Amino acid sequence: MKIKPWSLFAVLTLLAASALLPGCEHLIVLDPKGPVGDSERSLILVSFGLMLIVVIPVIFMSLYFPLKYRASNQKARYEPTWSYSRNIEIAMWLIPIVIVAILSVLVWKETKRLDPYLPLDPAARQLPIEVVSLDWKWLFIYPEQNIAVVNEMVFPVKEPLSFSITSDTVMTSFFIPQLGSQIYAMAGMTTKLHLLADEPGTYVGQNQQLSGAGFSTMSFKAVAASPQEFAAWVDKVKRSPDTLDSARFAALREPSAGDPPAYFSSVEPGLFETIVKRFHHHPGAMESAAAATNAAADAQKAPKAAHSGHAD
Amino acid sequence: MFGKLSLAAIPYHDPIVMGAVLGSIFAGIGILALVTYLKKWPYLIKEWLISFDHKKIGIMYVILSLVMLLRGFSDAIMMRAQQAMALGASQGFLPPDHFNQIFSAHGTIMILFVAMPFLSGLMNLVIPQQIGARDVSFPFLNSLSFWLTAAGTVLIMVSLGVGEFSKAGWSGYTPLSELAYSPDTGVDYWIWSIQIAGLGTLLTGINFLTTILKMRAPGMTLMRMPLFTWTALLTNVLIIFAFPMLTVALALLTMDRYLGMHFFTNAMGGNTMMYINLFWTWGHPEVYIVILPAFGVFSEVVAVFSKKRIFGYHSLVYATAVIMFLSFAVWAHHFFTMGTSANVNIFFGISTMLIAIPTGVKVFNWLFTMYRGRVELTTPMYWTLGFLSTFVLGGLAGVLLSIPPADFVLHNSLFLIAHFHNMLVPGTLFGFFAGYIYWFPKATGFKLNETWGKRSFWLWLTGFYFAFVPLYVLGFMGMPRRMQHYDNPAWQPWLIAAAFGTFLILLGIGCMLMQLYVSIRDRAAGRDVTGDPWDGRTLEWATASPPAPYNFAVIPEVRDRDAFWDMKERGLAYARPGHYEPIEMPRDSWHGMGLGLIAFVFGFAMVWHIWWLAILGALGLIGVTIARANLDDVSYVIPAAEVERIENQRYAAMAQAGALGARSQRRRT
Amino acid sequence: MTATEAILSQHDPARDPARDLARAPAHAHDAEDVRTLGFWLYLMSDLVIFAGLFATYVVLSRNFAGGPTPKDLFDLPYVLTETAFLLCASVVYGLGLIAARNGERPKLLLCLTASFLLGLCFVSMEIGEFALMIREGAGPDRSGFLSGFFTLVGTHGAHVCFGMLWMAVMMVQTLSKGLTAPVRGRLMRLGLFWHFLDIVWIALFSVVYLLGVI
Repeated sequence: MKIKPWSLFAVLTLLAASALLPGCEHLIVLDPKGPVGDSERSLILVSFGLMLIVVIPVIFMSLYFPLKYRASNQKARYEPTWSYSRNIEIAMWLIPIVIVAILSVLVWKETKRLDPYLPLDPAARQLPIEVVSLDWKWLFIYPEQNIAVVNEMVFPVKEPLSFSITSDTVMTSFFIPQLGSQIYAMAGMTTKLHLLADEPGTYVGQNQQLSGAGFSTMSFKAVAASPQEFAAWVDKVKRSPDTLDSARFAALREPSAGDPPAYFSSVEPGLFETIVKRFHHHPGAMESAAAATNAAADAQKAPKAAHSGHAD
Repeated sequence: MFGKLSLAAIPYHDPIVMGAVLGSIFAGIGILALVTYLKKWPYLIKEWLISFDHKKIGIMYVILSLVMLLRGFSDAIMMRAQQAMALGASQGFLPPDHFNQIFSAHGTIMILFVAMPFLSGLMNLVIPQQIGARDVSFPFLNSLSFWLTAAGTVLIMVSLGVGEFSKAGWSGYTPLSELAYSPDTGVDYWIWSIQIAGLGTLLTGINFLTTILKMRAPGMTLMRMPLFTWTALLTNVLIIFAFPMLTVALALLTMDRYLGMHFFTNAMGGNTMMYINLFWTWGHPEVYIVILPAFGVFSEVVAVFSKKRIFGYHSLVYATAVIMFLSFAVWAHHFFTMGTSANVNIFFGISTMLIAIPTGVKVFNWLFTMYRGRVELTTPMYWTLGFLSTFVLGGLAGVLLSIPPADFVLHNSLFLIAHFHNMLVPGTLFGFFAGYIYWFPKATGFKLNETWGKRSFWLWLTGFYFAFVPLYVLGFMGMPRRMQHYDNPAWQPWLIAAAFGTFLILLGIGCMLMQLYVSIRDRAAGRDVTGDPWDGRTLEWATASPPAPYNFAVIPEVRDRDAFWDMKERGLAYARPGHYEPIEMPRDSWHGMGLGLIAFVFGFAMVWHIWWLAILGALGLIGVTIARANLDDVSYVIPAAEVERIENQRYAAMAQAGALGARSQRRRT
Repeated sequence: MTATEAILSQHDPARDPARDLARAPAHAHDAEDVRTLGFWLYLMSDLVIFAGLFATYVVLSRNFAGGPTPKDLFDLPYVLTETAFLLCASVVYGLGLIAARNGERPKLLLCLTASFLLGLCFVSMEIGEFALMIREGAGPDRSGFLSGFFTLVGTHGAHVCFGMLWMAVMMVQTLSKGLTAPVRGRLMRLGLFWHFLDIVWIALFSVVYLLGVI
């Protein structure tokens, strides 16, 4: 018995589908826990559905036409010089144009609405969190609580979060898949991101952009806690003997991978701004507070050097 | 004396690298020994290496590309194997430093040293014949382009055994690729191999655009050009306008790395985002540079094997032109997540979606070419059908990624990897394979084996789905690209499935090699004496297989879009001319190869900071160029009698095979 | 890019057999026509390189990193003198081309020499300017702005040097080969290149120097 090659294709596909489908509950991007991720999922599903209007007929035709008009089927109509049909031409330009037009309207509205720089609810109180990407760990500074944490981020559920993000090293991308939007962290610049968690839980946060040898270890726990749990966690951090000043930060910036969470009970005022401005003049200016002040002064002399967050 | 180069640069402590190095060296020595043993050196050098014949240069490009496909693919196997293993406690077999080099090399090689040479190879083989010309506009430049590409290729292969390759990804994002974060020579290898090969590509672009614009046979108006020629024309325009941007991006990075400048550094007034912009103003058109000619191949194949005129020729041409223009206006969709303002993101999102329109139109054109045709399911047609049914999925994923808020959650995930492989494997690679099988008899005089070809196709197609559908799923599971290790057990089954897909593709590649071997062994059976094994429609099928050095003894007059089909219809296809004229052809010379060799030495010296050698190399490049420029007598004449002898031989062979009478007769009925 | 110019403009005759059999006398003219198109395409690609450099310069033009600014560095009268040399070089070259068309070899050689020397003055002044800046601590590694400045202006300067090298080659060819059709074609393309550098310089002068000090 001769095995047809396409039967291999069919059998393997079926086997694979049955083996792998049970794993689908892990599609965390399609299982968001906040309004930003929710909108982004809907957008993906709606546009996916819209495009099927073209995709399904194309796949059907690409299988049906060669079958029906195969050379051995002499009964099929054969018109060797037929090469133009105004109606088909109009249809094949018009259908994609209409679909893209609809999608464009969606893009227009949703991109404005989901701009990561916009606060989710301008009236509501927001929790500011400053994020610094280091080699290869995440530093979170809570300016209102005056605490800092490495590789762990706890925040109250249902409270809008306002992130200011920078990098002390190469470019990385700050991403908590179940809450939605990611954004790049870049040295000398601050990018902004606004997120909110609807449900309490522990979510994975990660770096989405190659950043060197320790890149794949650069993930952290993002914990959406009740207000009480959050307050208790802040207290726990406050009891840490470790504090974060320029000298301690200099030690922290040494490359390391897979660090466990670390707590700092207080943070030198303006540390985040200092980290950003450090790059506006000489590298290594962080080492002394005086140099940092100089750098800040220089940055003021050259206002354009302080890049705006919007990178256009 | 030797700059940064010392014996410590050779990674003899790493068994995997050394295995690859020794394997490559032994293979190289084996080939050299075989050539020596067969006493084929003079033949190899005179007939091939220094040849200015566009057909031979084309064949050399294709061989180069296929060899590099093996290299790039072995990188893919290692990546997939690593990711299938490296869960939790297991670190897999590749440490991050090595893993990062492998995916950087994989991307760089597949785009610039597989797709680009394959494209140049097909253009070389086909374009002059398809437009009824005897050669390209600038035969010396053509040889030089090939040798610059080869020099870049050798440089990237040398990085395997001497020092390291870049660990900053194929796109070399700053500041990771800056000296502060990548102090070794890896990034320099990446820069110089691309710069040297890129110069070759730019010259190819200029050469072929001039050729297509100026050297078409009489009667071949723009709107009578075959579609492969059309796509090649537009691709060459893209090359001329896009490649210089890559040159600039890499040159400025070079300034940063070599002269301590501050273009893309974090501090001192550098601007990292500028690199990313410059890179993608090349990078996005580059995608269309490699895919448009593949679209051209599909257009040729689908018409020939449907025994029908292409449907909607004008639509296809306009759609391709629209894609070309739009491709310059979409680059920022590679970084919607950079903090760009919503308005900018909207502009680039919508302009990206617009590209889906002409692309969709092209797909419909190919489908309706089969409609009411007589579809012959040959291997080139298999690849075309595999492309048509699979490519739309990648297009769908692409439109999803072009929606900025959707990209915010899918960017830099394996979904993105699945998307662009879904464009480049069924799109570019399947297209090039279709072209390889379709034009193979034209280049060699015999057809490739169909059975092994079909086996290879099914393994590739199945392997493709296995390798990349899991990556789409993993993207939705939140897995970033380029991970050497992970802790999420839910990812592993999908990564194992993807590794299995890679294994199937490996078998597919094995079948391709087998196909080549079997076809060469049985070449007598697959012999094509007519020059027209597929009953083709365009002019390249009017020449002998393989063609005489001058392609056409008499330049054909073009009256129709399907020029050769029209000649067959009118019974003029194999008409003997009354008399022959002498033909002037370019004389081969070592200058192209010599410049390529010097360019390699120059690149190597720059990588390792061996300044005296770099200066010598630069002077050598200028010196040889001036020497070449001083030559005025660069052609030779094939006498009319010789042309007549060659042509008579072809007619005799055709008559002997009984092809001549049968053909002209069938065509007239 | 350095080797490209000469290669493109001075390589072997392009084939155009389709026509050369039918219209043999037109052959030489036709081949030159093909080469000129090729050279134009090269110029377009070179223009893209300059476009990339200009864009980068504009983006970095205020990134002084605490270092000197254009007002501290640029000396407009000096640069105007430089400009005058370059433009004169172009005008003189144009006169040379007229001489070449009339077959006046000595006049052509005189013009080429003059144009070469004017180019040399331009390049020397540029090198002088660079050297002074580097001595004052305003080298290309001082700030993003200076990296952009040195690279943009330096790339143009390197092009001028290359044009001069090409001009020297053409003087030798004019002497050794006479005004043959290929030599005339090369002189014509060198002219395109030379004028192209003027146009780039005008843009450079306006964007870098004028806008810098205003």
